[in-house]
Amino acid sequence: MTRMIGEQDYTNIAQDLLSRAKKHGATASDVLVADGETLSVQVRMGAVDRLTKAREKRLGLRVFFDQRSASASTSDFSRDSLERFVGETCALAQAVVEDPVSGLPENGQYATEFPELHIHDATKLQTDQQIDLALRAERAAFAADSRITNSEGGECDSSSGRIILANSHGFMGQYANSSFSLSVSPIASDAVGMQRDYWYGVNRAFAKLESPEAIGQEATRRTVRKLGARKVSTCRVPVIFDPEVAGSLLGHLCSALSGYALYKGASFLIGQLGQQIAPDFVTIYDDGRMPGGLGTRPFDGEGLPTRKQAMVERGRLTSYLLDTYSGKKLGLPSTGNAARSIGESPSAGPTNFYMVPGTTRPEDILASVKQGLYVTDLIGFGINMVTGDYSRGASGFWIENGELAYPVEEITIAGNLKQMYTNIETIGTDLVFRGRIACPTVKLAEMMLAGN
Amino acid sequence: MANEESGALARFGVTDREIEQALGRVKVSTVDYADLYFEYCQSESVSMEEGIVKRATKSIGQGVGVRATAGEKTGFAYSDELTSKDLNIAADTARYIAESAQGTAPVPVTHRPALARNLYPHDRADIEVATRDRVTLLNAIDAEARRYDPRIKNVMAAYNTEYKVMLVATSDGLMVGDIQPLSRLQVTCIAEENGNRQVGTFGGGGRIGLEYFQDDQRYLQFARDAAREAILNLSAVDAPAGVMPVVLGGGWPGILLHEAIGHGLEADFNRKKTSAFSNLLGKKVASEACTIVDDGTLPFRRGSLNVDDEGTPTSRTVLIERGILRGYITDKLNARLMGIPVTGNGRRESYQSVVLPRMTNTFMLAGESDPQDIIKSVKTGLYAVSFGGGQVDITNGKFVFSASEAYLIEDGQITKPVKGATLIGNGPEILTKVSMVGHDLKLDEGIGTCGKEGQSVPVGVGLPTIRIDEITVGGTKA
Repeated sequence: MTRMIGEQDYTNIAQDLLSRAKKHGATASDVLVADGETLSVQVRMGAVDRLTKAREKRLGLRVFFDQRSASASTSDFSRDSLERFVGETCALAQAVVEDPVSGLPENGQYATEFPELHIHDATKLQTDQQIDLALRAERAAFAADSRITNSEGGECDSSSGRIILANSHGFMGQYANSSFSLSVSPIASDAVGMQRDYWYGVNRAFAKLESPEAIGQEATRRTVRKLGARKVSTCRVPVIFDPEVAGSLLGHLCSALSGYALYKGASFLIGQLGQQIAPDFVTIYDDGRMPGGLGTRPFDGEGLPTRKQAMVERGRLTSYLLDTYSGKKLGLPSTGNAARSIGESPSAGPTNFYMVPGTTRPEDILASVKQGLYVTDLIGFGINMVTGDYSRGASGFWIENGELAYPVEEITIAGNLKQMYTNIETIGTDLVFRGRIACPTVKLAEMMLAGN
Repeated sequence: MANEESGALARFGVTDREIEQALGRVKVSTVDYADLYFEYCQSESVSMEEGIVKRATKSIGQGVGVRATAGEKTGFAYSDELTSKDLNIAADTARYIAESAQGTAPVPVTHRPALARNLYPHDRADIEVATRDRVTLLNAIDAEARRYDPRIKNVMAAYNTEYKVMLVATSDGLMVGDIQPLSRLQVTCIAEENGNRQVGTFGGGGRIGLEYFQDDQRYLQFARDAAREAILNLSAVDAPAGVMPVVLGGGWPGILLHEAIGHGLEADFNRKKTSAFSNLLGKKVASEACTIVDDGTLPFRRGSLNVDDEGTPTSRTVLIERGILRGYITDKLNARLMGIPVTGNGRRESYQSVVLPRMTNTFMLAGESDPQDIIKSVKTGLYAVSFGGGQVDITNGKFVFSASEAYLIEDGQITKPVKGATLIGNGPEILTKVSMVGHDLKLDEGIGTCGKEGQSVPVGVGLPTIRIDEITVGGTKA
């Protein structure tokens, strides 16, 4: 297991809180401590715009009094404050109603092995080094095309942190992670107006971050092609999602597969476990142990081991995303997907969630469409998780005879997510991880486009 | 405010002298402006689902943010430790952008005299509602929603409160504190009939305490409204797709203004000339029926503040006057760089975030039309009364907002409810298509949260009933 950064041993604080909670009469408890430091540099038009530096820490305590429970968090680690904090959390728990399903996971389920997952890179960047990277990315964006006339700026961030989880069943685990990111957002203009786009790289290892030049050039390529965008007429057409927006379709799937949404009746995928929800060439994994992954961690928010599991196998829904609580509500074991915000009880969420690439090259997918829409941006929140109804603002390109003909904007695409997953017609070969959720280019047979 | 201010200082355990020294350390000659922002925030949430109040959470945070601006540059550091050592480290970090040695002369700060107004006077006890009182209220909501209609299968409700104490000391020599309470009650109902499941939500709040929800049993009305929307959606038909006239109801549909023009008028985007509204000051951007203001001075409203997070008293700023673009909303940095007035809109999510120009309560003033006449004027179109979220692309001006309760208008009559749909338009253009403005200005119930650069702040919106002659509706029915 990775050696811990930092000077303070928070495991002692965690143990101390567990024993204080017990003294207050708690029958079980768990403690999550996180600390970290970040340096964020934003540049704009060739000069430093904003520099942010911080070190922070926070701890969360969850206590159980038999089947009553409450959670609390604080950033004040002084001895007196913590004693008061434990007392208040215990009082809170005794004021709520018993929930027969509540509790910590049973013994025997907890993570016992902590393999090296390559999620912590100890590289420390100097402020000037980060300024230089951000400036280079912005410079590359400007150099790539004379139509780039303005910029929302370049940004280079580095952060590192650690997580400690301990509970009254004797579990104690910790890990460190890091993140390095670089992005730039150029603005292109012509006689008609302005367009903005951006590009970015993010990695747990600094050495694997793409070069500022590559990021700047890609940002400009994505921006200038939007100039001259227009509306198109309302129609029903095939729609291709580029990988960036295709990921959002998987994001909605994650929300619908969360055990909490399911047991509350707030998901359009209720009762679909074991059913065919997509064509047989669609396979989707969640992999909490992917080396270096942005969603990788040795154990979940309850201390259970993470793993790789098929969520959708050849179109059939094979798993939900569950923690212990939502699992019990559905009569299923946890899938090791407990997500945790400090001071909150667990929820359920993905780790590294991705669609297995298909065999068609993205350019061949494009070539297969006579008339249709290639979507590169989606905005808005027009998604109803209860029904799956979907309606979002879109921009991208009109496809004419297998080629991108011209940019389009101020349109919406609408449908129902259940049907949209069924309507997946082709999956591209181009899977790249730029976040916890990743998807190749995806073509849907048909969606409703609203425009003129 | 004097008492609150000294109370705040006592809580932070920092002396005037330490503040003046830290300010002196950061405010060197090449720094235009510097401030220290101390914050203590306690938030509590109690939530109910499946008929039981099973979750209670509490969060306590405090810290200080130190900021220096020089030209267009901002240096910023924050710490959750409040010792003078931590203050000085933060001050040195913030000063990095000024590329000069630390200052040595303390910057004297004077406590601002008590403000003449307090828009949200509250005892702490009003905000720190006993957990059992919250439990009682949430239980009653569950019962009321289920009583409304047996097709209501699940009720989820959450009661959240926040008690924030802030103190800002600036290199202008100002020290001002404020106590900012905030409460919100949100109800979600799920209705089910023959396998058709639908959702309805309703919520409200503001810088108020428990009594607000208890007045006239307002919390039960929230339950009924959420249940009503869920039941209504059981019979909703597919929304139409394409360009058509749309009538927006009063209140929360004011999110249109927030997305379509509000963000575009925030000074930072205009200083950088990245907004679709850059260079449109004095130009016509709306029909003459439209006058739009941002007003942070409304008592008890969710978006209101006594002073913004730079210590500037909030104000009422006219953004659009009878169709003409009149002003931007500003913070100190952007006002200075643009040479325009400070409007008291410098806001930050917490001590961990930098100040940005942000909206407070943004609304359109009432017009003269009768709301009934506005609906009657539409032959075929949409009547939308409730919305989920919205979003805007500042640079090209395209914005969306998504209806959660809407109806077809057929021959001037409101007919069938339709499924939610996203509406999309172009910010600088859409308000030129507002042909009728009702006399029924209504502010929203107090649920809005605005996101910008990853920072969330509470905001309000408001709108009378209006008619938009044409806007694209993103339904599924051709």
